[in-house]
Amino acid sequence: MTQLVRMTGIDKHFPGVHALRSAQFDLMPGEVHALMGENGAGKSTLMKVLSGIYQPDGGTVEVSGQAVSINGPRAAQALGIGIIHQELALMNDLTVAQNIFIGREPRRSFGRLDEHKLNADAQTIFAQMKVHIDPRAEVRSLSVARQQMVEIAKALSFRSRILIMDEPTAALNEAETNELFAIIRGLKAEGVGVVYISHKMDEIRRISDRVTIMRDGAYVGTVHAADTPIGTIISMMVGRDLESVHVEIPDLSAAPVALEVRGLNRGRVIRDVGFSVRQGEILGFAGLMGAGRTEVARAIFGADPRDSGEIIVHGKAATIRSPKDAVDAGIGYLSEDRKHFGLALGLDVRANVGMTSLARFSNAIGVLNEAALEKTARDYIAQLAIRTPSDRQEVRLLSGGNQQKIVIAKWLLRNCDILIFDEPTRGIDVGAKAEIYRLMQALAADGKAIIVISSELPEVLRLSHRIAVMCEGRLTGILPGGPGTSQEEIMRLATLKHSATEEVFA
Amino acid sequence: MTTLPAATPARKPASGAQQKLLAFASLIALLVFFSVASPNFLQTSNILAILQATSVNGVLAIAATLVIITGGIDLSVGTLMTFCAVMAGVILTNAGMPLPLGIVGAIAVGAICGTISGTLVAKMKIPPFIATLGMMLILKGLSLVISGTKPIYFNDTPGFSQISTGSLIGRIIPSVPVPNGVLILFVLALVIGYVLNRTVLGRYCFALGSNEEAVRLSGVNTDAWKIAIYALAGSICGIAGLIIASRLNSAQPALGLGYELDAIAAVVIGGTSLAGGRGSILGTMIGALIMAVLLNGLRVMSVAQEWQTVVTGGIIIAAVYADMLRRRRAAS
Repeated sequence: MTQLVRMTGIDKHFPGVHALRSAQFDLMPGEVHALMGENGAGKSTLMKVLSGIYQPDGGTVEVSGQAVSINGPRAAQALGIGIIHQELALMNDLTVAQNIFIGREPRRSFGRLDEHKLNADAQTIFAQMKVHIDPRAEVRSLSVARQQMVEIAKALSFRSRILIMDEPTAALNEAETNELFAIIRGLKAEGVGVVYISHKMDEIRRISDRVTIMRDGAYVGTVHAADTPIGTIISMMVGRDLESVHVEIPDLSAAPVALEVRGLNRGRVIRDVGFSVRQGEILGFAGLMGAGRTEVARAIFGADPRDSGEIIVHGKAATIRSPKDAVDAGIGYLSEDRKHFGLALGLDVRANVGMTSLARFSNAIGVLNEAALEKTARDYIAQLAIRTPSDRQEVRLLSGGNQQKIVIAKWLLRNCDILIFDEPTRGIDVGAKAEIYRLMQALAADGKAIIVISSELPEVLRLSHRIAVMCEGRLTGILPGGPGTSQEEIMRLATLKHSATEEVFA
Repeated sequence: MTTLPAATPARKPASGAQQKLLAFASLIALLVFFSVASPNFLQTSNILAILQATSVNGVLAIAATLVIITGGIDLSVGTLMTFCAVMAGVILTNAGMPLPLGIVGAIAVGAICGTISGTLVAKMKIPPFIATLGMMLILKGLSLVISGTKPIYFNDTPGFSQISTGSLIGRIIPSVPVPNGVLILFVLALVIGYVLNRTVLGRYCFALGSNEEAVRLSGVNTDAWKIAIYALAGSICGIAGLIIASRLNSAQPALGLGYELDAIAAVVIGGTSLAGGRGSILGTMIGALIMAVLLNGLRVMSVAQEWQTVVTGGIIIAAVYADMLRRRRAAS
C-alpha cells in the first residue's frame, strides 16, 4: 500500500530558532499516527508545513507517492489535507453550516447564497459522522466539544484523506473524548489517515496505531503504540542529557513559610491546589501545556477570580481580589508574555523600573523626582548586570534576557519578596538563560521566596529545591529537587489522570 | 459508532436581536413621549420632516454598517459624500453632461474612493481608523480644491433636485408625499439588508469581523473581499452625496465633516458591535431614526440646539452601555 504522506528531511528556521532539523514523518491510509514530544519539540510546526501554513526551508513532501509543494492552505485542501488547529479557528458569529463551507458557499446567480443547500450539505456530513448538530446553530452557542466536531466536519467537507488533529482533546472531558474517538475510528474504517498530536499518554495508547517521537525539532523514532511501554516513549521524548549543573538544596527547615495556598479552586482549570513556599526557597512548577500552572499563578496574583481558596502570606491570611492587593502583600508576578504584560516597550529603562513605584518618586502634587529615579535605575542596572547603553534606552531595543531583568528590577523595587516567574526564559538565548538562573538563585539566597513555572524540564530540575507537578488542574505530586528526581518521574506525574495527590516530600 | 444526543437548539441569535428590540422600544417610547408632549409632533408634515432629515444620515450609516461589521471603521463617509456631490457638480454643471451621467459618475467616484480606502486597509495593512482618517482629510481638501471653495449649483439641470425632493409616491398616492430621498433610503436599506444576509459579500462581512485569520486559513482571498466591501460602502456614500446635493440644489464643498460621527452613532445605537462580526441594517435604520426623532422632538419642544447636541451624546453612551451590560450578563 502506498503511503498517504511521506515527509523527509524537513528543515525550518525561524528567527533565532532552528524549529525543524531534518524531521521526517509518514502516514498510511486508515492509520492513526500519533506525534509526540515535549513542548517545543516541533510537532505543530511539522504539521503546519504539511498543511501549507509554513513553507519548509528544505526537505521533500510526498502525498500518495507524488512529490508536492504545498504553498498555502488552499493547496493543502486540494490535496485532501485537513487540519484542526489547537486553537479552534471558527467564526463565532456565524452558524455551523456557514463555518463549514466558508469560502465555498453554494451560490446562485449574482453572488446570492443558497442557504438551503448550505444547510443540507452540512446535514449530510453530520449524518456521515453520526452526530446531530443543528447546521443553523450559531457556533458561539455550542460547547467546545461540539465546536471541535464542527472543525472535523469542515475538514471532512474537503473530502480530506489526511486529517491532522492538534491536541483535539485539550478542552474535552472524558465523555466528549469518547465521542471524538468514535468519530476517529469511523474515519479510520473509511481509509482516512489521521495524524494525532497529543500529550496524553493514555489516549495515545487507546487511539493510535503508531507513535512518532520528536525532540528539539528532530525525528527520534517511530514505535508501535500497542506493544511499547509508556516509559520507553517518555525516555525517547526527554532523552537529552541533563546539563551537568546540579542544584544545591539549602536546608530550609528553619526558614519561615512565606506563602501558603490552601484549597485553591477555579472552575475546571484549578482543582483543590495547595502548597507552601519558604523564604529562600525555589519551588518549581512542572506540567504539560494546559495543566493549570499559569492559572494557579494568576489566581494567587488576583488576576483571575477564584471560586475558593486561602492565601496566607507570612503567616497571615491575605485578602487578594486584584493584582494591586497581591502587590501590596509583596507578591510579584512575571508573566510568560513580558512584552504584553510586563513591560512598556516604548518607554526607557528608567521609566519601566519605576513603573509600579512612582508614588515613592514623586512629591505631593505628583511631580516626579527624575534624579532619584535615575539613581535607582542605575543601581539596578549595576546590581542585575543589565546590559544597556544607559537608563534612557528604550526597552524594546534590549535583548530578551535584559528585558526580563528589567521586569525583575521593577518588582524588587516594589519590595516584592514572593516572586512568581512564569516561563522566565521563554525567547531568551542559551547564554542569557544561565545568567537569569544565577540571578534567581541569588534572589533566593537573599531570602526571597520564588515560584518558577516552566515547560522545560531541564530548567525546572536545574533551579528547583522542590518540584510541584500539575496535570489537568490538579497538583499530582510534589517531588524533591536535585539529582534524585528524574525527568521520567516528573513526566509520569504530569500525565497522571484523576489520581490522588502523592505527597512524596512535604 | 455512538450516536450523540441532539445539540441544543440554537440560542436566539445572541447579540443583535435584544439590542435591536431595546432600540426599537426606545424609538417607540420617544415617539409616544413627544406626541404627548407636543401636539405638533405627530403632524404628517413633521413626520415627513423627520424622515427627510434621516435620509442622508441613514444612507451614510448603512455604508458605515458594512465596514463596521468587518471589524473596521470608516471615518471618511461624510467628506466622501461631499466629494461625490462636488464631482456630480463638475460633471453636470461645469461639463454640462446629462443627468444620468452625473448620477453614475457620483456613485462611481464613491466606489473608487472606497476601493482606495479598502486597499490601504487590506493590502498596506494601515489600521482602518488611520487610513480612513487620512482619506477623510484628503477628500475634504480635494472637494475645496476642485470647487474653488465655492458651492456648485445645479440650476442648469432642472431634474436634479427631483432626486431628493420630488415624490414618486406622492404622484401615485397624493395624500402621502414621501420625498424621493426617503424612498431611496428605504429601498437601499432593503437591498443592502439582502446583500448582508443573503449574498457571499455579506457573509464575508460577518466572517471577517468574527475571525479574519480563520477566514484566511479557510482559503478565502480576504484582501479582495475587504476591498470590495469598502468599495460598496464608498458607492453608497456617492448616493448620499446625490441626495444631499439634490436637497440643497448645490454641492457645498465645506460640508461633510461631522457626518461620519453621526453615522457611526446611528450604527452603534442600532446594536452593531464596533468589535465586528455582528450587526444589522434594520438596527442601523432604527438607530438613525432615533437620532432624527430625538433632534426633531427636542426642536418641536423648543429645546435650544446646544442642548440637543448634549442629549445626543448622552444617548450614544447610554445605548452602548446598555449593550455592554447585556453582554456581560450573557457572558456570566
